[in-house]
Amino acid sequence: MVEEGAPTPAPDASHARIARAMTHAPGPDQLLQMYAAMLRVRRFEERARELYHAGRIPGFIHLSVGQEGVAVGVGAALRRDDYLLSTHRGHGHLIAKGGSLRALMAEIFGKATGCCKGKGGSMHIADASVGYLGANGVLASGCVLAPGVGLSIQMRGTDQVVAVLFGDGAANRGPFHEGVNLSALWRAPVVFVCENNSWASTTAHELSTAGGSIAARAAGYGIPGVAVDGNDALAVHAAVAEAVRRARGGDGPSLIEAKTVRWLGHHEGDPQAYRPKSEVEEGRRQDPIARLRAHLEGAALLDAAHAARVAQAIEADVEDAIAFAESSPLPEPHHALDDLFVHWPWKD
Amino acid sequence: MPVMDFGDALNLALKEEMRRDGRVYCIGEDIVLGLPFGVTKGLAEEFGLARVRNAPISEAAIVGSSLGAAMTGLVPVVDMHFADFVTCAMDEVVNQIAKSRYMFGGQIACPLTLRMPYGIGKSAGGHHSNSVEAWFVNTPGLKVCMPSTPADARGLLKTAIRDPDPVLIFEHRALYRVQGEVPAEETLVPLGAADVKRAGTDVTVIATARMVGEALLAAEMLAEEGISAEVVDPRSLVPLDRATLAASVAKTHRVVIAEEGPMRASVGAWLAWVVMEQSFDELDAPIARVAAPDVPIPFSPPMEAFVTAHAGQIVAAARELMK
Ligand SMILES: Cc1ncc(C[n+]2csc(CCOP(=O)(O)OP(=O)(O)O)c2C)c(N)n1
Ligand SMILES: [Mg+2]
Repeated sequence: MVEEGAPTPAPDASHARIARAMTHAPGPDQLLQMYAAMLRVRRFEERARELYHAGRIPGFIHLSVGQEGVAVGVGAALRRDDYLLSTHRGHGHLIAKGGSLRALMAEIFGKATGCCKGKGGSMHIADASVGYLGANGVLASGCVLAPGVGLSIQMRGTDQVVAVLFGDGAANRGPFHEGVNLSALWRAPVVFVCENNSWASTTAHELSTAGGSIAARAAGYGIPGVAVDGNDALAVHAAVAEAVRRARGGDGPSLIEAKTVRWLGHHEGDPQAYRPKSEVEEGRRQDPIARLRAHLEGAALLDAAHAARVAQAIEADVEDAIAFAESSPLPEPHHALDDLFVHWPWKD
Repeated sequence: MPVMDFGDALNLALKEEMRRDGRVYCIGEDIVLGLPFGVTKGLAEEFGLARVRNAPISEAAIVGSSLGAAMTGLVPVVDMHFADFVTCAMDEVVNQIAKSRYMFGGQIACPLTLRMPYGIGKSAGGHHSNSVEAWFVNTPGLKVCMPSTPADARGLLKTAIRDPDPVLIFEHRALYRVQGEVPAEETLVPLGAADVKRAGTDVTVIATARMVGEALLAAEMLAEEGISAEVVDPRSLVPLDRATLAASVAKTHRVVIAEEGPMRASVGAWLAWVVMEQSFDELDAPIARVAAPDVPIPFSPPMEAFVTAHAGQIVAAARELMK
């Protein structure tokens, strides 16, 4: 492992070493769970998309179809009591962390039974019951919360870790740099994961990001930085699992850049005039779900009948979440006044 | 007069000013394609990517670099994307832009414009819905304007760009597609010039931006009850046209101040003091205020509607004053 102050290895070499080591390689059960989790994210997002266009979901939503390999690669490397800080494109992150589909769907419907009682909505969801400390409507803001979560873990003396996800665009905000620096300084148990889908809304990664590589930025802070294929859930998992191992062991933060493809618009309703259709077509050929499925089939862990059962179960879960959201009540208007403070006996 | 929508009127103002003055440039996130609200559409085609600059998601550097450029001879127009994200450049706006000229004894000018798309609506949620003008009205060194019509939007933005000092222009998201007449000839709207949007004799409603429309709606409803409301739109908050407010109060003797942001320590609270200070002897009733409850903006539609200031509240407040 990289010693403090030592130069960070080039991303590729480091990645190769991690891949070789594969000390955290998931077993058959976990592989199947990862496959199911990706499918669950995919189907949730696809159905949310339909429901959004049918007018059932207010506000605006940013979907993660195509990026499931990152969400699940991260989620599968974390324990339930670990923490996750997320982004505006966060449905998949919460699902991968084990969040309830019902509470998530109800929240994006704006229902009283949502995990934030309808106050948050798609971009501002938290589910404390699974350590999901919040999606964020303000890009990169989670990056400066992360060292504090890490500090809390250190001072409480637990062996938890916190992972923080952010986009490639968000990596150009100051809080990314401040958060990485502080985490490195404190040797905080933080795993920074940049979900690089090569676009920030309509702005291409190469037109906004000097130096190109996000992972390489780790070198400046003396922490490991690796770039991985984000469409390969196992590669993401291996990198995150190694970073988690370091973090739990007191070796401090790591930075992982997972390269992936956003199949849909930036948000629903984005006409996407700025990018060629071929890019998405190429992305679809790297479908992270198909890839893991092929891997599972190759290892004789999954056959068509089994896959159909998995798909059916997920379909039922997603439809159950939708039925729950549809049948749940809207919040009462005056509930807008609740939840501001813990303690507020005053009539002000 | 040609009719156009508020967003197109702002677009026209940008084009006119960029044609007039080669020092003017626009910067912001995704502005080349005109995101997020279409205001910068077509500018890149006409003026090129050097003057219509897509920036990385780096609000501090977007705003800070604009100050650097403004100090040294350029005239930046910053698109804040959503005014909510000005929090990510608060040091640059409040400590650097607002104070540079003053602290340095007047040596430095800062002719930049911050375009602030803002406001509640469509369940955009807690991070994309806020009315944050009070923060800047409370920051000495910034001029602040808030258009309510397409003509005012175009005229104020042009004035803001030509002004030698930093000007924030708050563009309400709900107004972008509202239509209105805009003079065919080039027309500037000065800062510090309120506009009486509807004349009346019984009660003065002071409102800006989206709340002007609500005030006009309220005035219609009040007229049916025989109450004549005058709607005064200050248009710019810093500087403030105190004389027009005083003249209106001298006529009506009653005042409702309507705003979209929260009650506490707000623009409306300050305007109430202005009215009280200059027109105390004219007032026949306490000043009434309409504002949002002191909570962040919730996502779900029934709760969002609950915290959205609207015409009905202005009507109720005015009725109460007439009792
Ligand atoms: C501080 C801040 N600036 C701007 C925005 C508006 N915005 C929302 S998403 C987005 C692009 C984000 O790109 P990236 O970080 O790469 O994430 P992706 O959308 O690709 O998942 C922008 C500019 C925001 N939400 N927060
Ligand atoms: Mg991106």
